[in-house]
Amino acid sequence: MGGVNHMTDFLLELRSEEIPARMQARAREDLARLFAAELARAGLTASETVTYATPRRLALIARGLPEATAAVSEEIKGPRASAPPQALEGFLRKTGLTREQLTERDGVLYAISEKPGRATAEVLAEAVAAVIRGFPWPKSMRWGAESRSTESLRWVRPLHGIIALFGEQVVPVSVAGVESGAATRGHRFHHPGAITIGSAADYVEKLRACHVIVDQDERAALIRERAAALAAEAGLVLVEDEGLVAENAGLTEWPVPLLGRFDPAFLDVPPEVIQLTARVNQKYFVCRDADGRLANAFVCTANIAASDGGAKIVDGNRKVLAARLSDARFFYETDLKVPLEQQAAKLEKIVFHEKLGTVTDKVERVARLARWLVEEGVILSARGEDLASLADMAGRAARLAKADLVTGMVGEFPELQGLMGGYYAAAQGEPAAVAEAVRDHYKPVGQGDDVPTAPVTVAVSLADKLDSITQFFAADLRPSGSKDPFALRRSALGVIALILDNGLRFPLSQVASRDVLDFFADRLKVQQREAGVRHDLIDAVFALGGENDLVRLLARVRALQSFVGTEDGANLLAGYKRAANILKKEGVGDAVPAPLHAPLSYTPEKDEAALIAALDSAEPAAADAVAREDFEGAMAALATLRAPIDAFFDHVTVNDPDPAKRAARLALLARVRAAVHTVADFAKIEG
Amino acid sequence: MIARGERRRSLDSAPGFRHSAAVTDPSATRPLSFQAMILRLHQYWSERGCVILQPYDMEMGAGTFHPATTLRALGPDTWNAAFVQPCRRPTDGRYGENPNRLQHYYQYQVILKPSPPDLQELYLGSLAAIGVDMGVHDIRFVEDDWESPTLGAWGLGWEVWCDGMEVTQFTYFQQMGGYDMKPVAGELTYGLERLAMYIQDVDNVYDLRFNDAGVSYGDVFLENERQMSAWNFEVANTDALFDAFRKAAAECENSLAAGLPIPAYEQAIKASHTFNLLQARGVISVAERQAYIGRVRDLAKGACGAWMEKNGWAA
Repeated sequence: MGGVNHMTDFLLELRSEEIPARMQARAREDLARLFAAELARAGLTASETVTYATPRRLALIARGLPEATAAVSEEIKGPRASAPPQALEGFLRKTGLTREQLTERDGVLYAISEKPGRATAEVLAEAVAAVIRGFPWPKSMRWGAESRSTESLRWVRPLHGIIALFGEQVVPVSVAGVESGAATRGHRFHHPGAITIGSAADYVEKLRACHVIVDQDERAALIRERAAALAAEAGLVLVEDEGLVAENAGLTEWPVPLLGRFDPAFLDVPPEVIQLTARVNQKYFVCRDADGRLANAFVCTANIAASDGGAKIVDGNRKVLAARLSDARFFYETDLKVPLEQQAAKLEKIVFHEKLGTVTDKVERVARLARWLVEEGVILSARGEDLASLADMAGRAARLAKADLVTGMVGEFPELQGLMGGYYAAAQGEPAAVAEAVRDHYKPVGQGDDVPTAPVTVAVSLADKLDSITQFFAADLRPSGSKDPFALRRSALGVIALILDNGLRFPLSQVASRDVLDFFADRLKVQQREAGVRHDLIDAVFALGGENDLVRLLARVRALQSFVGTEDGANLLAGYKRAANILKKEGVGDAVPAPLHAPLSYTPEKDEAALIAALDSAEPAAADAVAREDFEGAMAALATLRAPIDAFFDHVTVNDPDPAKRAARLALLARVRAAVHTVADFAKIEG
Repeated sequence: MIARGERRRSLDSAPGFRHSAAVTDPSATRPLSFQAMILRLHQYWSERGCVILQPYDMEMGAGTFHPATTLRALGPDTWNAAFVQPCRRPTDGRYGENPNRLQHYYQYQVILKPSPPDLQELYLGSLAAIGVDMGVHDIRFVEDDWESPTLGAWGLGWEVWCDGMEVTQFTYFQQMGGYDMKPVAGELTYGLERLAMYIQDVDNVYDLRFNDAGVSYGDVFLENERQMSAWNFEVANTDALFDAFRKAAAECENSLAAGLPIPAYEQAIKASHTFNLLQARGVISVAERQAYIGRVRDLAKGACGAWMEKNGWAA
């Protein structure tokens, strides 16, 4: 070390066959994390770490490492000094030390060993091998002759090269037959030969000279900007898609966006279909024209600067897209020829679930439930349609909603379910509300998705989800732990969102059994937790039983949450808990002891009389307020009890030697408990 | 189909491509015919030490079903083979009316065990050999992991794209018949019609030049596609097919009981193809489908297990 504080940079490149694009970002994070952890074990920290990923390489530059690690003293905790001799013997055996070499501190023995500093290159050699062997690829594989043993190295794809340069020195590493060195390869086609890297300092630029842009962010920026510029040059606007930018950056070392055109006749196909085909199957961007309509243009990203300027590549990609679009158009046109009722008839042959019959069975249930929701007035018309016609439309939409599952287009692109049904329904002249319901009845499909508001759509969407939940529960196929194969939790969240966003008022118990209601309660807690609502308050309201109108339930919970946050609320809660504890100890159950309002056989004490009077006025006030759904009012009425309860506990002895007084006072506490329960079961409230 | 490529479509987008000047046949200054392309691939892989096999004489959904792939992939022995395998995917039939889809087509299959370190370079060399100019075309390796529930097999690899078109499946087998590969085999599956359409710059598969003496792909196969599509979808006697499935399954077990894994495996192939035909006839419900796939998997795995045992290979 010689006192000179010389800092050096380290370069690591792990070169392999093509790494899946979707794994590259995570791989960079893992590389940085594992490498830092290995260094930390030796007491080293880099001043800066940069990572890079391309399809064929994962790289790391760690800056500012010393030439050697500092000497460290390592301490191993042993038994207590007072421990039996066997424990001490075991520890001595483990550490290879004698009793005299141990150090005692606070009655505990420690083995302290002084470790001299090590050459950083040596630490790096071990670190690189450990990082490679322990790398957490989401999927990894074995390969080649080494794989005769299942213990052979696993990597995401075959690993071919390791650059490990500390300063300008190769750090010798050998993993599974791959020896480290200073050589790598450039672009697969532009520069397939070997390149020698001097140090971390010239890595990025030497690769750039060999047609590899090693920095993924630079590739992404290039794709983003060039694709937008190509669209602009063609008088169009690129439909931005950051997922596609990242994916194309992960598929290329030398990205070259190219704009191509497809036959405008394909624009008859719904734009969603074109966009999906282009994006999912081909990883192309699409463009819009000045009016915002989808244009007959695509932008693909090649991985080569072709000698003909990319003409053949564009032409080839155009043909691939044309073949895909003609397939899509074939499906679309074929589907349009068949009325949705006729498609729906085929659902009879599709088993929804072996225990739950066919899709037709499901559709019939959903249609009945959707009608019922309208006829019962749960879902009201927004546009002044009469209930009967609204119910007819809900039933009709429900019967057509699943018909697109047997169309060619949805068979090809399952993610277009609903959307295609909406197109087909509109094309065959269904009312707009019906077509819209067919299109959107799967919504909301997750947090943040649009929640339908059109009455017919709400009816079908709600009925579809309620049917799935209640049917699977009835068949004893409920979610458990991490298993939710029928996505019932998501369906329940959808139901909750539909009810709350649309202010739908109906008792869920009319359509759901006890265990389904509990399931909704759990989902509601999950959903409301994110909105900052306390789960114990939801429990407190659910515990009353009978409250299964979600809109009212949440109004209650919200009023409760603001109430328990006040001083009155906190004190009332304390008084309630004290009363409830006494009642519990005395074995006075929730059934109110009769006669509650019996005249007293003795003259009550002042604070006893005051509590009776307070209850006499608070009870009806709270009950009235609850009946009016004025939960703030109910809380206010209960708040009047707080001072009398406190005074009662301060000055009146419940456990009076006179059995009549004792019984009457327990009955009074039971009245308090019952009054509070008109709003919520405070026993469930934490704190 | 329940074969390799369950998630994929066959020839779903196999447009032709303008050939580069380099795509030439030495005998004539025009792109290779369909059969010349096959001969060129045979020559290329033969020169690299492969056994050049002829197609297996049974109906199957993918070249991977060929025992030279499935059974030979198991065990420690070195095995390098290349062959053309006709593939039958009854549900992909289009009565000869779709320019890209066929119920009968060819795969060129290369299996190399253990996978050589330069497998990607070898593969690119084969593309060059049939006339693909990598200076003007965009060749890409796009993640596509492979799993065959019916063979109890999986592997990692890519679909190889040429100007956005999938031309080859490239897989490092990791398991076959539920057994770890020791060592791992590399498998290349070229879609021959697609490649030929690309090289010959043809938009319709039936327009491919089959040879250089005036015979087109349509001359050879169009009528076959029409008749076979009709039979697959409309005519095949489903009672007889159900019966054939049961008999193949029973015969597979009979062969296994007699310690004969190769005939047992043939019956598994037969059961698999019969199932595919039943699918095309639309007589297998969604619920039953899984049960049939499970049955075929058990047969194939049983044959693979018996093959391992017969050769004395440890799992």
